[in-house]
Amino acid sequence: MKNLFGLLLLIVRRDLLLAMRRRADVLTTLIFFVMVVSLFPLGVGPETDMLRKMAPGVLWVAALLASMLSLGRLFSADYLDGTLEQMLLAPQSLSVLVLGKMASHWMVSGLPLVLMTPVLGLQFDMSVQAIGVLMLGLLLGTPILSMIGAIGAALTLGLRGGGVLLSLLVLPLCIPVLIFGTGAVQAVTSGLSISSHLSLLGALLVLAVAFTPWVTAQALRISME
Amino acid sequence: MLEVSNLACSRGDHRLFSGLNLELHPGQIMQILGANGSGKTSLLRTLCGFIQPDEGKIAWEGSDVRDLGEDYFAEMMYLGHLNAIKDELSALENLRISAGLSGLPLNEADAIAALRRMGLKGRERLPVKVLSQGQQRRVALARLLVIKARLWILDEPLTALDVNAVALIEGVLAEHLAGQGMVIFTTHQPLNVAGVRSLSLS
Repeated sequence: MKNLFGLLLLIVRRDLLLAMRRRADVLTTLIFFVMVVSLFPLGVGPETDMLRKMAPGVLWVAALLASMLSLGRLFSADYLDGTLEQMLLAPQSLSVLVLGKMASHWMVSGLPLVLMTPVLGLQFDMSVQAIGVLMLGLLLGTPILSMIGAIGAALTLGLRGGGVLLSLLVLPLCIPVLIFGTGAVQAVTSGLSISSHLSLLGALLVLAVAFTPWVTAQALRISME
Repeated sequence: MLEVSNLACSRGDHRLFSGLNLELHPGQIMQILGANGSGKTSLLRTLCGFIQPDEGKIAWEGSDVRDLGEDYFAEMMYLGHLNAIKDELSALENLRISAGLSGLPLNEADAIAALRRMGLKGRERLPVKVLSQGQQRRVALARLLVIKARLWILDEPLTALDVNAVALIEGVLAEHLAGQGMVIFTTHQPLNVAGVRSLSLS
């Protein structure tokens, strides 16, 4: 058990170290997210009622697209320099290793989006309460995006034009996350309970943690052949 | 002991080899010979389990490697065409991470000692991207010194290496064999190690 945790920690530390050395990659995702979200108030104009209504949808869709942007890199760098071969040959659980990569992907590309949300929410005249629920939803939802995305990234590894194919594969699978995430914000603004939406997101997260690392590991083995 | 019986492998529709048998006992070293495209790399990758053979069986200590899984991986080490090192990380960081992946956490002093033996004194903390091709290969080869695997599967280990480094690798191989290790490799360069058996794919 300690060994598995050690492996998880090793991979997370490695990937965070690499992300630190390649800061540009991390920043592009974040700036993309900020720009896409900021385009809407500029395009729609200062109609606060409409902006408030569309805010959760816009932020969630932008987060979805931003995470697609960084998913291509999840395994491809390791694939190109041969590190992935060594990972597949490591006498350790590949699922745990993959979970480590998913976790660090989220910390680098999902967590910063969550932290940026309050600032962006202000552009849409969102209430503090709505921003809080939106952040909570993103906090539960963005890891799911990283995990579902990892399956697609593993399946499209080494393919030409893999990036577009990856989005086509993964985006439909992310629809439930989008619906419950935006649903929670709509519920709180209309004075309803948010617990059902967030519980469902939590359930999806638990399911994703349980199954996606294993599925991704199998997909990687297939892609390496 | 590695035992391969009646192995057949193809890439696409092209049959690379079939009916291949080989046995590798502790202390033995085998070179796979063959022209470009004859399937040397595919054979080595099949031995690693990356490619599923069309027919035949690969057994390690009498059990099928597919059933052994991680227990087999713990006893073997593969060095392919790609160095499996990260450009942004230093030689030291690369080596310690590789060792950690193999389940053998390595302290800094041991890692530095291994890199110095590979002739990388003074380069341990530089990002690997500023090193030359040959030096990068040496960083990859330093894994041989720190990962305690009995079976080494080396695909063209000598690419980009200078004469001194080749002599160094010859010494490392001889040491490994003396310690009852096993090596299976391909190369297009001369390698002077005693007792090399060869297997030709053609």
